[in-house]
Amino acid sequence: MTKVYASSVIGAAAGQVWAAVRDFNGLPDWHPAIAESRIEGGAAADQVGCVRAFSLKDGGFIREQLLGLSDYDYSCTYAILESPMGVDNYIATLKLTPVTDGERTFAEWSAEFDCLPERVTELTALIGGGVFQGGFDALKGRFGS
Amino acid sequence: MVTVRRSTVIDAPIAAVWEILRDFNGHDQWHPAVERSELDGGLKTDQLAAVRNFVLTGGERLREKLLMLSDKDHCFRYAIVESEIPLMNYVAEVSLKPVTDGDKTFWSWSSQFETPQGQENELEEIVAQGVYEAGFEAVRSMLEQPSVPRSSSVFQPATGSGVDGMAMFIDRYGGPDELHAHAVTAPPPGPDQVRLRQTAIGVNFIDIYCRTGYFDLLKPPGTLGMEAAGVVIDVGQGVRHLSPGQRVAYACPPVGAYVSVRTMEAALIVPLPDQIDDETAAAGLLKGMSAEFLLHRVHQIQAGETVLIYAPAGGVGRILCRWANHLGAIVIGATSSEEKARAARAAGAHHVVLPGAVSLEDQVRSLTQGRGVDVIYDAVGKDSFAHSVAALAPCGHLISFGQASGDVGSWDIGSLAASSATISRPNFGHYTDTSEKVAAITARLFDAIERRIVSIEIGKRYSLSDAAAAHRALEGRQTMASTLLIPDD
Repeated sequence: MTKVYASSVIGAAAGQVWAAVRDFNGLPDWHPAIAESRIEGGAAADQVGCVRAFSLKDGGFIREQLLGLSDYDYSCTYAILESPMGVDNYIATLKLTPVTDGERTFAEWSAEFDCLPERVTELTALIGGGVFQGGFDALKGRFGS
Repeated sequence: MVTVRRSTVIDAPIAAVWEILRDFNGHDQWHPAVERSELDGGLKTDQLAAVRNFVLTGGERLREKLLMLSDKDHCFRYAIVESEIPLMNYVAEVSLKPVTDGDKTFWSWSSQFETPQGQENELEEIVAQGVYEAGFEAVRSMLEQPSVPRSSSVFQPATGSGVDGMAMFIDRYGGPDELHAHAVTAPPPGPDQVRLRQTAIGVNFIDIYCRTGYFDLLKPPGTLGMEAAGVVIDVGQGVRHLSPGQRVAYACPPVGAYVSVRTMEAALIVPLPDQIDDETAAAGLLKGMSAEFLLHRVHQIQAGETVLIYAPAGGVGRILCRWANHLGAIVIGATSSEEKARAARAAGAHHVVLPGAVSLEDQVRSLTQGRGVDVIYDAVGKDSFAHSVAALAPCGHLISFGQASGDVGSWDIGSLAASSATISRPNFGHYTDTSEKVAAITARLFDAIERRIVSIEIGKRYSLSDAAAAHRALEGRQTMASTLLIPDD
């Protein structure tokens, strides 16, 4: 089991950042790697169990299922059902926590997955860097850091 | 159940922050509220169920037990097992997380507890600000300037140097020109004291009485002033309701508010809610607190009562009109000019009586079907008192709270039988001499300001060094709204 953890501080109140990232179908609106997204079967994007199918700007196609969503904890947990990355049992959580001494948000994004041993380094860098840190950088660009 | 959650980001790697926090018995080394920490015998500092005995810088003792400690999660949990501060079923958690894109640390400190009823807010503030946020700042300053041992504290009696400022003094009773600037130093606060940096100072008629010697609240040489707002610099031992950085205001003796920095007793100083800005507080606290106890305590105004208010266009008068109107009273203002009559009507007076061929009491009787008024607020004194007595309805209540035109003089109590009158002569000091009274009065006043039942109007602002000009304007009756002095920076 490989674990990836990335965290950042974003220069806006947690409620404001959450409003931007809460939409499970909204990745193209804020994440620079995502081209387009839709929810399968006409489900609502905040219906736990719904599946998003999205394409990456580099052409890859991914399906992910929403496992948990909490407006109270500002957290979203999801699993990969299908992807070209070569990962199994991939479960990730994006979670926001208010920093109370200022209008800032502590953002954490973590994942656990299985993969071939020789690909651990490459996938850790891709997920932690391109996916998670890439998303944080986009949010910091939008809200300040 | 109270839940407190505070968090911050420390610009240091998680290992450095954890090294400081992890020592359960070492919090006296860095936390400004903890004077001494000792473990019960037998257990190590990182052993579960270890009990630390704290003596706080305020002198209180408490015992806390370690419930959980994790070097993997950078987290520990503890409970209060005995405390002289009434925090019941208190369980807290300190947790650190790495900020991976900058080698910083996110620090969260949270707890749940119960308190005696009514103390929830006060204790929440002590925990959140006095313990958690003060701890954040102490660790931050340690890690950012490793050579500085401890930051200044919340509970610790401030030591060291005075803070320099400027005060307006009088050396003897007299005219406005007696006011002159003088450099002063506010000493560190002693027990139950607080030191303030003042941002706005209210000018009141009582200041003029003090300057001329009509009142002997000030024995020259000394500084005038009863009312101001500002920010707490530091607090002395035993002060629980205020903390450094907090915005506060006061309207209370002793005189001495015409100053930029002041060290004074903390008991009668109130914290300001976010909605009340410093200038509003400095302009309205004395007048608003007066109106509160006049309408709610000296007499409790009931809907349908008729109320006669003198000087209804003045500072206290306008607040009285507006608030009495809101309480459902029928408000009659007694004033001297058409211009002031308009101001009185705008403030909520239903009727206004002006001097003329018909006496005040006859005008009032014709407005009340011959009955007279139930309540009178009279701060005019000598010129009005006889008219007021004559304008009272049976069993009416005459409240004489000032003597702008001179002393009321001697009265034969038998003459009051004509209306079975009750006379009150309230003194601000007796209604506002404990922190409980001040808290109750200001709570209702701030609520009334926030709900726009009462509005505090600010007239002219003068720099503190120009206090003489402010006095001339007030004595010349050129002011309609509150006058402020702003410390020169």
